[in-house]
Amino acid sequence: MATYKPVVVQAFPKLGERITKDTAYWRGYKTPVQIKEFGAINKIDFSPVPPYNYAVTASSRIHIYGRYSQEPIKTFSRFKDAAYCATYRDDGNLLVAGSEEGSIHLFDVSGRAPLRQFDGHAKPVHVVGFLSDKYRVFSGGDDYSSNLWDIASATEIASYSEHTDYVRCGCASKVNADVFITGSYDHTVKLFDARTKSSVMTIEHGQPVESVLLFPSGGLLVSAGGRYVKVWDVLKGGQLLVSLKNHHKTVTCLCLNSSGQRLLSGSLDRHVKIYSTTSYKVVHSFNYATSILSLALSPEDETIVVGMTNGVLSVKHKKPEERKEQSQKKRQPAYRTYVKGRTYMPKQEDFCVSKPVKRVLRKYDKLLKSFQSSKALDAVLEPPIRLYTPEVTVAVMQELHRRGTLRSALAGRDEKQINLLLTFVARRVIEPRFTPVLVTVADMITDIYQPVVGQSAIVDRQFLRLQEAIGKEIDYQEELLEVLGMMDTLFATFTEKRATYLEENKSNGLTETIETNTNN
Amino acid sequence: TFFCFHSDIYFFNICLEDCLSSLWKHILHVSDAVDASSEQIFLWSDTFQLVSVKLTKAAGQDLEAKELSVVLDGVDASPKCIAFGREGEYVASVKEVNLQVFFFKRKQLNRFSVSTVKTKSGNNQFACIACHPTEDCIATGHADGKIRLWRNFYHKKDYTFSTLHWHHDTVMDLAFSMEGTSLLSGGVESVLVLWHNESNCQKDFLPRLGSAIEYISMSSDGTLCCTLHTDNRITIINSNLRFSKSIQGLIKSRDVKTGLVVDPRTKALVLNGEPGHLQFYCLQSDQQLFSLDIVQRQYIHQAGLNQADLVKVAFSAQGKWLATVEEREEVTDPELQLKLWLYDEETQSFKLNTRINMPHEDHITDMCFREMDELEDDSLILVTAGRDCVFKVWVMVEDTDPEGSVSWSCDFVGSYHNYQATNCCFSEDGSLLAVSFEETVTVWDSITWDLKCTFCHPPGKIRNICFGRLTCSKYLIGATDYGFLCCWNLLSCALEWSAHLNVLVLQPDPLSEHIAAVSWLSKESSLFVFKPNEPRPIYIQRNLCKEKIQLAAFVPRDEPETIVSEKYHWLRRSQLFFLTDTQVRNSEVGLTTLLHTPAHVLPSASFLCPIFINSLLISKENKSAEEVADEVEMESEKTEDDSDEERGVTEMEQEDTSAMELLGEMTRKLSKSQEKELRKIRKMDYSWISAF
Repeated sequence: MATYKPVVVQAFPKLGERITKDTAYWRGYKTPVQIKEFGAINKIDFSPVPPYNYAVTASSRIHIYGRYSQEPIKTFSRFKDAAYCATYRDDGNLLVAGSEEGSIHLFDVSGRAPLRQFDGHAKPVHVVGFLSDKYRVFSGGDDYSSNLWDIASATEIASYSEHTDYVRCGCASKVNADVFITGSYDHTVKLFDARTKSSVMTIEHGQPVESVLLFPSGGLLVSAGGRYVKVWDVLKGGQLLVSLKNHHKTVTCLCLNSSGQRLLSGSLDRHVKIYSTTSYKVVHSFNYATSILSLALSPEDETIVVGMTNGVLSVKHKKPEERKEQSQKKRQPAYRTYVKGRTYMPKQEDFCVSKPVKRVLRKYDKLLKSFQSSKALDAVLEPPIRLYTPEVTVAVMQELHRRGTLRSALAGRDEKQINLLLTFVARRVIEPRFTPVLVTVADMITDIYQPVVGQSAIVDRQFLRLQEAIGKEIDYQEELLEVLGMMDTLFATFTEKRATYLEENKSNGLTETIETNTNN
Repeated sequence: TFFCFHSDIYFFNICLEDCLSSLWKHILHVSDAVDASSEQIFLWSDTFQLVSVKLTKAAGQDLEAKELSVVLDGVDASPKCIAFGREGEYVASVKEVNLQVFFFKRKQLNRFSVSTVKTKSGNNQFACIACHPTEDCIATGHADGKIRLWRNFYHKKDYTFSTLHWHHDTVMDLAFSMEGTSLLSGGVESVLVLWHNESNCQKDFLPRLGSAIEYISMSSDGTLCCTLHTDNRITIINSNLRFSKSIQGLIKSRDVKTGLVVDPRTKALVLNGEPGHLQFYCLQSDQQLFSLDIVQRQYIHQAGLNQADLVKVAFSAQGKWLATVEEREEVTDPELQLKLWLYDEETQSFKLNTRINMPHEDHITDMCFREMDELEDDSLILVTAGRDCVFKVWVMVEDTDPEGSVSWSCDFVGSYHNYQATNCCFSEDGSLLAVSFEETVTVWDSITWDLKCTFCHPPGKIRNICFGRLTCSKYLIGATDYGFLCCWNLLSCALEWSAHLNVLVLQPDPLSEHIAAVSWLSKESSLFVFKPNEPRPIYIQRNLCKEKIQLAAFVPRDEPETIVSEKYHWLRRSQLFFLTDTQVRNSEVGLTTLLHTPAHVLPSASFLCPIFINSLLISKENKSAEEVADEVEMESEKTEDDSDEERGVTEMEQEDTSAMELLGEMTRKLSKSQEKELRKIRKMDYSWISAF
């Protein structure tokens, strides 16, 4: 004897992104904290040492934020005009920043006044950074030159004037203390060696270069400019490895995650895309409210900080491990209350009485089980089901139709209920997953309530809405068919025609062989 | 207690209509109504008379009929329409709108009739009758679902009746409890209703018994009741309406749409079972191994409802994957679902893996897996052919989610000149796919999905196709609508041979080169077994049976038999099973049963389900009916294949009489009588041993 089988609610595959390990990982951040800065944020840099403070360069100030602070814990504001590219040294003690007036300032993180000032650039300096030996600073300016400075003496060691446009980005190699690269609006990325007088490698990016990045191994170079992110193999003499075109506006910033497995790119199109560095496929993406100028990821990926053109700094912290919190929050009944008596082994003389497992049926299932069609339909037209799980409503309607009782369930309703039903149908009938069932329902409703049309303004309006919705959908489908037809003609002209030869072989009345040869 | 000893009893029923059409007579044995010295038997014949026969016990087992007298005239054919009242004082019978009661002592006949009212739900004709065991009360069931309780029927005028109404369709059978305090009724709804104290408001239900209730019977001590269902099953129910046990063999499905498929894992025959279920039926033990719920929806037992049913089944070569297609006929467009099931080793059952809604726009006509070594999973593909003029290729894809599970998705859609795709089949090595599009067979490369070549045999559409196997793998066999069996050579792309034969069923043996073709010519089915490489069949069996054979399947033997005869060599590795259809009055497809079912023992059968046990008896045997009722050992008809080998048949049966001492002679008569309404023919190898 079978038990009652509940109504099968069709599950439809969710459109859009699938849940992968990456999505799970990158979704594990809290809602962003928004901090308002004075101007567009052009650089965010994390201190390499705990507690991983970060320097945000915006307008004429450099703010240092702590891990969870909403207010800056320190501010460097000794700039006459805009400051650029505040960058930490590897030990986290020094900070260097360029400025609009062309001077480069070196700060002690604990001090306030600049320790050193390097003058030499004639135009604003948009990019500065430390070489990995910690004693030298490289810089690139709008005067097309890339310079190298000695910290101790505050003097210029070398100056390379090879770029033919503004130098706007750069980075130093972590493995070789003499190597740094700069990217310029002249579409090139140049690799300099402090020991030589000129650049050692020039890479043609193709668009004004907005950001460059070297992999920790120093072997791979990533450049971003225009809508492209390009990865180059430095060791092979600057060979293009892969070109990524996933943004639809200029890519402004690049960053690697702590493990080096994922590459992040931010763009003016308000998106941050995350690529796998093995397959170079987009594994996840975030979107933000406005165009993104700068992006940084703290060590251990604990925080994602994004700076935007309108001066808003968005800080996302990783959610803490959930299990720990739960155990602290709520004291659950002891484990033994759950297993009480479960492990009891019946003795020989014990008489076992099995307790039937109680199956919980939904309300509509209970009503369907007792063949109360109308009530079952009422149950699934309740607001929570109708609004949030319309598939349940439609599944029950389908089940009623299958039982041949849909018509009687729909009939005999008052104005309010018809209104409700028609609202639901008019809203959902155009959803492809519901269309087959709801068309039948709409048909029946029109059939049943045809005699009362004109008696109620509300119902009439709903009928008109239904008509409108269906009319719109028909127009839409026609348009789609037109597009399909156009595409077919396009494809037909593209694909090579297959020559078909028919050979008919009638040796006797019974035999006929048709052979079709396909030529490529 | 009655059933406890016999938990392994086998029951089976035969459709009563079928029995009647073969002029078998039904006997109702009234053991209560007779005194010790003599037995009285009532029997009614096809002349619709109830006849009383006085029997006296003679020496030995023979009973002698002494006296014959007509008791009632115009009796309905169904035994449900006759009942004996309180200790055999009266007999009541119903037919159409008339109820007649005959009192034995007074020799008085009372007739009553109900007015012929036709309502929406049907008419109020009588459908069944039951008499109260202790009181003078008759319960009658009607076609409109009402139950009437008649009293005071001693008087022709002053009779009274009350009505009980719950059923919405015909009341199929009624039974009173032993004390008469409650009444059981059942019908198409497959709900057993227990009416307390003959009142309309006090009733209990036992719902969802699986299929329509045909008969209800109470045990003598009143502790158990059993219901017999239309799908060839008996359910035993405790007196407190608790389901206790179900006895089932091959479930009779309304329509075997799936065909006969052999499960590669269990070697069980797989076909439609309960509505929406797939039954795995073990031929060796005549048992249902298990029933797999495919549709997973509540089945509403109501006539005229259009509910999803299983139409196609396919197993992958090792039985790891199962593909099923279910459809629900709609006025506008059919509702289709393709489901793929993965065998779960842990639960030893199939688990739903993928469900595809509307895999085709129209009905799916055929489906097959590529039968290759399943060690490499990516070689496994499924092809479905549909009436929407395309065939689709489904492949497994790995999901991107962390569990790394697989699901199926469509890989290729092929079509040919907008013809409906009717059949599909893979060659043995899986490199070629043949799809028939109406009149044309197309052959496709299964790797690149290029059309390789086409064959056709003009005046008929292709009905069946199959590839040859082993040494004959270069041949493609096709059967067309207008009676041609064609064999094409795939190497030369030419017709090798063709034969004029109206082939209904084409079934290749999976273990050898042999192909069985069943033809339908001049109202009889014939079997031809051939190898594709030569046009001359190696075995011909004319007049296999009088009905159309719908389906056939080769079932591999556990171990090859040693068959000496050259003629039957093709049966060495597998056995061939057929399913015939019988056009019973309302074109209902009669499912068959059984050959060589194990012996079954039915003690006190007259109590249990007198009707169907007795329906098995031939009228000539009525003398021994008493003994039969005490202990019946039945061997079902062992049907011989060769009607010209009568001698062989009897010999064969004598070889196998271990379980048929009592009714051996009867069985022989059955087989000779060639009454083949319902049965499956099993080609027993020793049935032709006698040929030597």
